[in-house]
Amino acid sequence: MKSSTICKEWLDSLPPTQGYLKNEQSIGREFLLEKGMPSKKDEAWRLSNFNKLNSFLSLPTIIDSEDIKSEFKSIFPEKDENRERIIINPNKNPILNINLPNGIEKLSNREIEENLGQIVKSTNIKNDISVCLNQLTSLELLALKVKRNFNHSLEIVIPSIEEKSISTRIFLLIEEGAKLDLLQIFIGNNNSAQNHLIEIKLESKVELTHGLISLGEEKDSSSICTLAVEQSEKSKYSLHSIHHGWDYARFEPRIIQSKGEASTMIKGLQVTKSKEQIATHSLIRFEGPNGKLDQLQKAVASEHSHCIFNGSIEVPQKAQKTEASQLSRNLLLSKRARIDTKPELEIVADDVRCTHGATVSQLQDEELFYLLSRGIDNKHANSLLLKGYYDEVISSFPKSAKKWNFIEKLIQDIKK
Amino acid sequence: MISSTSETILSIEDLHATVEDQEILHGVNLVVKEGEIHAIMGRNGSGKSTLSKVIAGHPSYKVLSGSIQFKGKDILELEPEERARIGIFLGFQYPVEIPGVSNLEFLRVATNSRRKELLKSELDTFEFEDLVKERLKIVEMDPAFLERSVNEGFSGGEKKRNEILQMALLEPIISILDETDSGLDIDALRIVASGINKLSQPNSATILITHYQRLLNEITPDFVHIMADGKIIKTGNKELAIDLEKSGYDFIDKDTKEKEMAK
Repeated sequence: MKSSTICKEWLDSLPPTQGYLKNEQSIGREFLLEKGMPSKKDEAWRLSNFNKLNSFLSLPTIIDSEDIKSEFKSIFPEKDENRERIIINPNKNPILNINLPNGIEKLSNREIEENLGQIVKSTNIKNDISVCLNQLTSLELLALKVKRNFNHSLEIVIPSIEEKSISTRIFLLIEEGAKLDLLQIFIGNNNSAQNHLIEIKLESKVELTHGLISLGEEKDSSSICTLAVEQSEKSKYSLHSIHHGWDYARFEPRIIQSKGEASTMIKGLQVTKSKEQIATHSLIRFEGPNGKLDQLQKAVASEHSHCIFNGSIEVPQKAQKTEASQLSRNLLLSKRARIDTKPELEIVADDVRCTHGATVSQLQDEELFYLLSRGIDNKHANSLLLKGYYDEVISSFPKSAKKWNFIEKLIQDIKK
Repeated sequence: MISSTSETILSIEDLHATVEDQEILHGVNLVVKEGEIHAIMGRNGSGKSTLSKVIAGHPSYKVLSGSIQFKGKDILELEPEERARIGIFLGFQYPVEIPGVSNLEFLRVATNSRRKELLKSELDTFEFEDLVKERLKIVEMDPAFLERSVNEGFSGGEKKRNEILQMALLEPIISILDETDSGLDIDALRIVASGINKLSQPNSATILITHYQRLLNEITPDFVHIMADGKIIKTGNKELAIDLEKSGYDFIDKDTKEKEMAK
């Protein structure tokens, strides 16, 4: 079926615009009607597997209340005492079920109106389909603020629903001087799709550590996630992400240092097997001087799978004295697997230090032989080496993230 | 420690082997018995390291003909990990750095693989920590090295101590130590050599591959072999190593020339 037909059918299948995000839904609808779905001609979507994207759209988005399983909670590891957990049900107001700790509040309607959509808009992505798909389908919004000078840990879990497509939208405002340790977990289900739009605004002197564990796990699960972060001066943002087990996943982190003078650290890992395709398209823009970026993106592809990384860094004239480094390191475990990695540095300012590098390699034979020569069997030696390879990214996750057993999942089903 | 009834541990016969299609070993013969210490000396490129890699089963080295028997059993069909588990240990000339893999975890997994073969119970983290702390003393190694990644950022001497620590944990029957003395200062050499001596058992054996007499001052070999052009061309006792240190390898060239003339 042609993608334009699929697009039309999908639009027709959606419920009428409704609720307090009605306006957003209309914007998304108009956009899609005008621009249509992306094609191979769109640079940002050129390598995307369109069959998989079409399957993403083929799942129904209307969710009956019986779809939401109350036993969700029981299958999750116990939550940390000092980390508030929010489990998002896509068609229920997520705020209703939780007791917000002192220092975290629901945003007022005025604050939502002033802020919602602004960060993502400022990223200026042409033909922003990922965002549009979410705008069209999100019915609820989780909008919170961490109040000035508070220090909190928060966990947001988003499970999928079998045979359904869900959309979630989150807005976080972190007020001046506050610290937040945020852990987000996305979990796939059989033949399911997730679509997330997360906007985070960091006021000055904010420190945000953001762990994102995105695990498809089940058969034919897909995920599209756009993360838009605006950093004010003297803020520190570190993002640690893992994508694994999705048949199709696309992650678009976009970070704007609105006045420069801030620091950003990104450590990402994507691991694919079978015929999966996982892509990360990152954008970091410095809108002022003295900004810092340290970005490491790792990928491991086995069997017939495909990993994609596209890393844009924009340093305009006003962003003098920017220090940015981007490194893409990739491990190809099979001759039939594929890795595409592309740095895109647009540097106009002349007094900056920007470095980038990309490597694609295989597991080192000498490292493997060293382990084998100590009596360690091949399978165990390979998993030790992979664990070592992942370590640079996963060692910086908060301890409580380990409860989600993602390390074991990353290693167990790797086949050459 | 050698007696006439000593059992043969390693027996190599007419071994020919290649790496990247180039024949390096041209018929090596060597018999090592229980309690023996053998030193193999020779110029760079004479085939010493190749021999050690072939015994350990490195996949890049192919055996063309000949045999290697360990305690009477042909090991050429065994995978490297199987050879290690039955008690063959290779101390690397250049121990490999493995970022992200904890040294402690690596040592525990390796030790348990060998213990399984010996029908001993596997050690959990706590039991292993007790064992490793005791064995660390043999090489006078700082426990801080256990917390680091395997060999990553270790100095040359620390890497070699880590090799001997592995030997101490795996309790091999035959240890082939490939230039364990290279890159060591005098103190580190003494510590490493004393570790090897402490680990030497009446029912085990050691092959030391070295360029220098100085290691052999610390560890007295029962046999000294000289390798040239992929063969053992001369075997003697410690005196041979002393002679070699004095006069160098020139006699090999003389011998070769004389042989060619005779032809």
